[in-house]
Amino acid sequence: MHKYFPQTPADQNKMLDDIGASSIDDLFHAIPETLKYRGTFDLPPSLGDFQLTKHMQEKQALNASLTVFRGAGAFDHYIPTVVRSITSRQEFLTSYTPYQPEVAQGTLQYIFEYQSIVSELTGMDVSNASMYDGTTATAEAMYMAYGITGKSTICVSKTLNDHILEVIKTYAYFRNINITYVEEKNGHIDLTGIDDLLQDTMGIIVQSPNKYGVIETYGDLSDKVHQHKGLFIFNREGQALSLLKTPKDEGADIACGDLQALGIPLSSGGPYIGYLATNQAYIRKLPGRICGMTKDIDGKRAFVLTLQAREQHIRRDKANSNICSNQSLNALAVTVYVSALGKQGIKDVTQACLNGAYHFKNMLLNTGLFEDVYKHPHFKEFTLKYLGDPESLNILLRQHGFLGPVIQKNEMVTFAVTEKRTLEEMQAFVGVLQ
Amino acid sequence: MRPFDQTLIFEKSTHERQASHFTFENFETIALPDTILRHDDPLLPEVSELELMRHFINMSTKNMGIETGFYPLGSCTMKYNPKINDELATLKGFTDTHPLSNDEDMQGILSIYHDTQKMLSTLTGMDTFSLNPFAGAHGEQTGLMIIKKYHEQQGNTHKNVIIVPDNAHGTNPASAVICGFKVVEIKSNPDGTVNLEALEAVLDDSVAGLMLTNPNTAGVFEKDIRLIADKVHAKGGLLYYDGANLNALVGVARPADMGFDVMHINLHKTFSTPHGGGGPGSGPVGVVSSLTQFLPNPQVVYENNQYKRIYHPHSIGRVGGFLGNTLVYLRAYVYMRSLGKEHLVDIGPRAVLNANYVKTKLKDHFNMPLKDYCMHEFVYDGLKDNSDIKTLDIAKRLLDFGMHAPTIYFPLIYKQAMMIEPTEAESLQTLDTFIEVMEQIVKEAKETPELLKTAPHHGYVKRLDEATAARHPILTYRQLKEKEASQS
Repeated sequence: MHKYFPQTPADQNKMLDDIGASSIDDLFHAIPETLKYRGTFDLPPSLGDFQLTKHMQEKQALNASLTVFRGAGAFDHYIPTVVRSITSRQEFLTSYTPYQPEVAQGTLQYIFEYQSIVSELTGMDVSNASMYDGTTATAEAMYMAYGITGKSTICVSKTLNDHILEVIKTYAYFRNINITYVEEKNGHIDLTGIDDLLQDTMGIIVQSPNKYGVIETYGDLSDKVHQHKGLFIFNREGQALSLLKTPKDEGADIACGDLQALGIPLSSGGPYIGYLATNQAYIRKLPGRICGMTKDIDGKRAFVLTLQAREQHIRRDKANSNICSNQSLNALAVTVYVSALGKQGIKDVTQACLNGAYHFKNMLLNTGLFEDVYKHPHFKEFTLKYLGDPESLNILLRQHGFLGPVIQKNEMVTFAVTEKRTLEEMQAFVGVLQ
Repeated sequence: MRPFDQTLIFEKSTHERQASHFTFENFETIALPDTILRHDDPLLPEVSELELMRHFINMSTKNMGIETGFYPLGSCTMKYNPKINDELATLKGFTDTHPLSNDEDMQGILSIYHDTQKMLSTLTGMDTFSLNPFAGAHGEQTGLMIIKKYHEQQGNTHKNVIIVPDNAHGTNPASAVICGFKVVEIKSNPDGTVNLEALEAVLDDSVAGLMLTNPNTAGVFEKDIRLIADKVHAKGGLLYYDGANLNALVGVARPADMGFDVMHINLHKTFSTPHGGGGPGSGPVGVVSSLTQFLPNPQVVYENNQYKRIYHPHSIGRVGGFLGNTLVYLRAYVYMRSLGKEHLVDIGPRAVLNANYVKTKLKDHFNMPLKDYCMHEFVYDGLKDNSDIKTLDIAKRLLDFGMHAPTIYFPLIYKQAMMIEPTEAESLQTLDTFIEVMEQIVKEAKETPELLKTAPHHGYVKRLDEATAARHPILTYRQLKEKEASQS
C-alpha cells in the first residue's frame, strides 16, 4: 500500500461488487484493446520518504550557492518569515479557484487586498488577480491594446529586458501583430522621431527602470501616444513602484511588470507573479480573474469573482485572452509581504537598495576598471562599461562565489544590489577584481 | 474588532505600525531628482506582526482546502497535495538560485527538469516535454504555436483552422484565437464524443489541427480516437490533446498511441501540485519527435555529462521569463519519485474505480445521461424526482456538510450538469460519507426544499449578490472608501 492510495484490496473488491464489475480492467472496456498500454513503463522505482529527502538534498546541493549581484528581472531580497508561514496554510495552498465564494472568502479577500495594493503601488484604478509573470503580463497588455484599438502594429522600446522582448515577440508573431522597435541612445529609449513611429499603431511599450537599470523619462510621450489613438503601456518591476513617479502619473493606460521582488524567492526562475493594472475606461478589457466586493443576502460584506463576461469560459473564441489559472498563491505572498513591510518599511527597504547600489557603483568606479558611460539616474540596477573582457570577469567572480553582472553589448555590464548585500560582500567582490 | 469579520487589512491599520524589522548598512542616503520621484501617499497597510498574523490566519479559516474535506470538483482533479512535496521543493538550493546562473551552477534543477520531462514522456508516449508553460491554458497556447510553426515550416500557411468540439473547455477556442487561428466548432454526440459526420463536414485542407480532451468533459473515452486521428492526419492536420482529464489514463493508455501529436498536462491536477486558490500551476507541453525542435526556448538537454539549456533556431521562441514554474514541477517530480514505477501506473485505475463507485451508488436519485462505466469523473443531470430543486441548490447545500461542491453547469450539453470527480486519493469511508450526505440532501429536497434553496447555512457568508458586484464593481480599497464617502 502506498500512503497516497487508501483503497485496500478488500475495499476494491467490495466496490467492484457494488458496481457490478468483475475487475478494474472491466471498467476500462470503452478503451479499445489496441490502445491500452500493456508494456512496462520505464520509470524509476518508488523512493521512501527518507530516501526521497536524501535524494532531493543531493539535488539541491548541485545548485551553487552564490552571492548574487545579478538582477534582470530576478532579485535577491529578504523575505520575512510570516510570508511563508501564511502561504503554506493548506486552506490557501490547496484550495481551488474561488468559484464557490461561500467557502472561499479567504482567497477572495486576499485577492481584493492584492488588487488594492497593486492599484496603490501603480496609481492605476484597477488591477486583476495576477498574471503568470512580468513577461507574459506585458504581452497580455499588448493583446489588450490590440483588442481595444483594433490596430495591428505596436511600438516596443529596445530598452526592455531581453526576456520581456522575446516573449512579446513570440506572442506578437503568432497573433500576426507587427512590432516597430524604438531604438535606444546612451542606455535610454531614443524618442527622436517617435511621432512618425507611432503613426497607425496600437501604442507603445516602455520599461523604466529599463534593462540597464536606467530610470527613463518620457516627457509628453503619453500625449503623443494618445494623439495617435494608441495606448501607453508601462512596464515596471514591483519594488521600484514605491519609489518613482507612478505609471499613472506618467500617463500610462496599462501598467504591468513582475512583483517577484515583493515577497517571492528567486526560485530558480519561478513561479513569479505578473501584475496588470489599468484605468477605469478599460476595466472590461482587462484579462484574468477580478475580485469584487459585494454583500450576501443578509447584507454582510463578502467578496466574489466578478465581471466574468470578459473571460474565456464565457466568451470562448470571442475572449481576448485565454488565461484562467494565474499565480494566486503568489498574489497572497505579495499581499503579506507588502502588509508586513508596511507603508514605511517598503520605503526603507527601497531606499536601502538605492543607497547600496550607488555605494557599490562608486566602489567599482574607484577600481579604475569601469567607466560610467550612461550617467542616468538609476535604482537598484546600474550599468557600467568594463574595461576588460566581461566573460573572464564573470568567470573570475564565480570562482570566488559571486554571481556577477549581466553582460550586455559593448562590454557594458549590469549589476543589481538589494538590501541583502553587505559592505563586507562588496569589499570582497572588489577585492577579487584587484 | 471581531475576529471573523471581513475587515480589510487597510481598515485595521494604524499609522506608524509595521510588521517587519530590518537593519541596514550605513551607506550614504541617496536622493534622486525630485522630478522622477513619487510624492503621493499610497494607502498601504500598517499593522504589527501579531495583527498581521491574526488577519491572514483568520482569513484562511474561511477557506476550504483539500485537507478540510472532500473536494469532488469535476475536471479539476483535487487530489491530496503531499506535505513532503512542499518541503523538498523549497529546499534552499532550489529557492535561492538565480535563474540566470550558469548551467553548471544549476545542475540540480536542470537535472530535475530533464528527468521530469522523461517521466512524463514515458507515461504519455510523447517524445519530449517542455516544462516552460505556466498553466494549462498557457500549455494549450504553446502547443498551438507549435502546430502553427510546424505548418509554416511545411509551407502550409493556408492551414489556419482549429476544430474544437462544442463541449470543450473554454480555453481551447480562446487559445486558438490568440494564436491567430480561426476556430470551427463542431457538435458533439449526446455522450459528448466527437460526431464523425460533423467532423467530416468541416475537414478540409485549411485544417491545421483538432483539439480534444480524452476522456471528454462528460467523462467518456473517445473510442474512435484512432479513426479521428487518421482522418485529421489525412488532411495534414495535427491532433492536440488537452490533458485536463489525463488522470483517468495514467498507467492505462497513452495519448501518443491514440494518434495525438501535441499535448499539455496540468501538473496541478494529475501530479498533485497545489492549486493555490488559482495558481501557480504548471502546464508542460509534450510533442512527438517531429515537433521537438519547435518547443519553446530554452530547451533542456543532457549532453556531454551535463544538463544544459539550449536555444533552438526553429523554436517558437520564449513563452515566459525563465524556466517555467520551477518550484511547481519540482513538487510533481517528488510525487512521481515517491510513487515510482510500482504505483504511478495505479493512478488511473484507482481514480476510475472511485468514480464508478460513487456513480453507481447514487444512480437511483439523479438523472444519469450516460449509463456506461465512466472514466475518472461523471455527470449527473439534476435530480430525478424534483424539477424544482436545481443543481445549484444541491451544490450549495453540500457546503453545509463540510464538502466542496462538484463542478456545476459544465459541460454545457447538460442543463443541470453536476460533474463529480473523487480522485484516487479518497478512501472508501470518505466516498460512503459523501454518498450518505447526498442521500440526505435528496431527502431534504423532497421534505424541506427551502433548506436547499437558501443554502448554505453554516458558512461565513450566505448566497451572494453577484449581479450588483458586476454592475457597480468595487475592486479596491480606494474605490470602497470613495463609495463610503459619497454615501455619508
